[in-house]
Amino acid sequence: MTPGLADTLDALGGLVGGGRPTEENAATGGDPPGVGDDPLIEVDAVSLSYGDLSVLSEVSLSVGAGEFVGLVGPNGAGKTTLLQAINGVLDPDSGCVRVDGERVADLSSRATSRLVATVPQDTTVAFDFSVADIVEMGRTPYHGRFGGDPEAAAAVDRALERTETERFRDRPVASLSGGERQRVVLARALAQETPALVLDEPTASLDVNHQVRTLELVADLVDAEGKAALAAVHDLDLAARFCDRLAVLADGDLLAVGPPAEVLSAENVETAFDTDAAVLPNPVTGTPAVTPLPASGESDLRVHVVGTGAPAARVIATLVAAGATVTVGPLPEDDLAAETAGELAAETVTAPPFAALDPEAEAATRDRLTAADAAVVVEPLAPSLRALAGDHEPVVRVAADDDPASATAELDRDEGSSAGDRDGSAGRTSGVDAGPDRAAVEAAVRATPETVAVGVRRALDRPASADD
Amino acid sequence: MAVRTRTAGWSAGLTGLLVAVALVSATIGPVSVPLPTVARAALNAVGVPTGLEVGSGTVALFGASATVPVPDISYTYLFSFPVDSTSETIVRHIRLPRIALAATVGFALAAAGTVMQGFFRNPMADPSIIGVSSGAAVGAVATIALSFSGPYALQTAAFVGAVVSAFVVYLVATEGGRTPTATLLLAGVAVQTFLGAVVSYLLLRAGESLEQALYWLMGGLLRNAVWTDVAVTVPVAAVCFAVLLAYGRDLNVLLLGETDAHTLGIEVERTKRILLAVSSVVTAAAVAVAGSIGFVGLVVPHIMRLVVGPDHRILLPTSAAAGAAFLVATDTVARSGGVEVPVGIVTAALGAPFFLYLLRTREVHSL
Repeated sequence: MTPGLADTLDALGGLVGGGRPTEENAATGGDPPGVGDDPLIEVDAVSLSYGDLSVLSEVSLSVGAGEFVGLVGPNGAGKTTLLQAINGVLDPDSGCVRVDGERVADLSSRATSRLVATVPQDTTVAFDFSVADIVEMGRTPYHGRFGGDPEAAAAVDRALERTETERFRDRPVASLSGGERQRVVLARALAQETPALVLDEPTASLDVNHQVRTLELVADLVDAEGKAALAAVHDLDLAARFCDRLAVLADGDLLAVGPPAEVLSAENVETAFDTDAAVLPNPVTGTPAVTPLPASGESDLRVHVVGTGAPAARVIATLVAAGATVTVGPLPEDDLAAETAGELAAETVTAPPFAALDPEAEAATRDRLTAADAAVVVEPLAPSLRALAGDHEPVVRVAADDDPASATAELDRDEGSSAGDRDGSAGRTSGVDAGPDRAAVEAAVRATPETVAVGVRRALDRPASADD
Repeated sequence: MAVRTRTAGWSAGLTGLLVAVALVSATIGPVSVPLPTVARAALNAVGVPTGLEVGSGTVALFGASATVPVPDISYTYLFSFPVDSTSETIVRHIRLPRIALAATVGFALAAAGTVMQGFFRNPMADPSIIGVSSGAAVGAVATIALSFSGPYALQTAAFVGAVVSAFVVYLVATEGGRTPTATLLLAGVAVQTFLGAVVSYLLLRAGESLEQALYWLMGGLLRNAVWTDVAVTVPVAAVCFAVLLAYGRDLNVLLLGETDAHTLGIEVERTKRILLAVSSVVTAAAVAVAGSIGFVGLVVPHIMRLVVGPDHRILLPTSAAAGAAFLVATDTVARSGGVEVPVGIVTAALGAPFFLYLLRTREVHSL
């Protein structure tokens, strides 16, 4: 095919794709795609179990034309099982799966494979087939037992072109890298020319560049060809970035379905993955970025953090992860630290930015400080705020330079104070001025999240946890 | 289509090789016959079946005997080149039936071996992997040891034993409509071991017929070959091969794994059943007329896979043709020494070192 002709065809493809129902929906700001019009993939109350082990219970989900839905959830949540119920490998115990209006359970695997193409998790091909051979296997559902498939050559060419794998055409699949092989398997699925596409962890074994490229390609294909795609994706950030909607599957139940920004709440992530997490907009893409936090420690510490921006956010996340009850403030509402605190259910005293601290906020902060076992001051900080926190005992001072690596956590503590009289310490005012009588007990400790937690513990003469 | 062209090219080449090997083989023996004479005699032997009558034969067991109907096929011969009668007899009635039978058996075993290796995705799979050969051995050795006689009694017993044991293995390995290949493989090994014990016991009880039984176990049946054996075996091999060839694409897709194959439109369990049944039948037919011949079904597919690649649409016909040529050649070696040895000894003695050579020189990581 000449390049000119290819361009023309692409343009035509674009025109055809432009009439997709989803874009109309998006333009009219209507319902989420796939809800109003007939969905291509329709999972209706599907339950499935392996022997006594129930894997899916009453899962319902639909994916419309031109929609790319990400299926996220922890290992063993039933993602692969759900995908295999859709592509007909497994038959549901109850409920039904329809693709393009047809009940999958009633169809032969040949008929199903004309409706749903699958990109499997493991794409290693142990045999010496060429790329073209593998892609051509996507035409299997169209081959007669004795006759050929007249469309095969054209379909294979198209699939190779779309996935930019033409140049590998005659190479053995075994000689390709993981990312290239993934594209070949995607091409195989495209050669099946199905309205629906399911992908089982298509990025699982790829480096970050190929993860992005693969999902980008899938998203493009879904857009351009109006396919309905459902992909199990491990990386929540990537899923949020490329999928139109996300479905969170945990323990065989759909926890939430909807646009990534709605679905990826810290709460959902915590429930699904059983780990604390901070969900904040990715500074580059603006899509939600999920940061799982270390498992919560056992601690009844109450800590107040004074500070702003990313350094304070890090400290807050660490302390929450360590199991401390964290209060924060005063902070402007849209500060990163405030958002983090909000995500992590830490209590925040808010105050407008670039303004003198109003008495109300100051009083609220003092209350929190009084209630706290320790105060953490994250530098750089306005002098007024520093003074506010300086009244507290003990204080862990975290100095954040431009270069976080050289930041230090410094523990200020009254030499005479100890765990025994800590309870009364909040009310004391002696030794509060940051003078030379306060020994820097911990100097030059790098302000990694862990060292902050250690610093707080030491400040309180608490026994360190077992792994310290 | 590239695949068709390559298939046709390779198959034609290997068929040519087979004809050449067969003709050369027919010149070799205690009496040396010149090649042109062999060619003429061979052409004279080319016939088409034109009639079917039912004759009768006698079946005897433990002294009792009965008469059973036996099919009798008549042929029309296409050529009548002048050949001296001695050469004609030697070539046409002694050597050619044996060569034709060896070719058919080699063809069948290599085809079944190719299918089994692809089916199991296991390089050590061969046609007897699910107990076909062991079952045939029990049937054959029992017939010999218990002096059961009659037209094709040995062949029939071997065939029935083979098919029954394959079916038992299949039933044992199947649960809830699914037959996992790993279970099938292990069930095959277990049944083979058990049947091996039965054969050993029968051999102990064989008495005077021990040598005959041992000959069968080493594939020594080819020396008794007559045209009727060929006439019975060829149609079975041809039909089974045609079915297997029609499943060439399915076999390729199955190499990707059963789950992938399912999503690509293969009815996995049904395809597996058909492949198992057909390759078991073709193996059973081959073993029944030739005795137990190892290594052809294991080594030939491997060699051809290295040459033409893993695509079964090419691999299956080329393996079958190469298997035919290979067995004709080894059988020629087997009968041209001072003492005739069963061909099973020759195939193993030549095949194993060649296989080891391949393993050492080529990087064989997988099928």
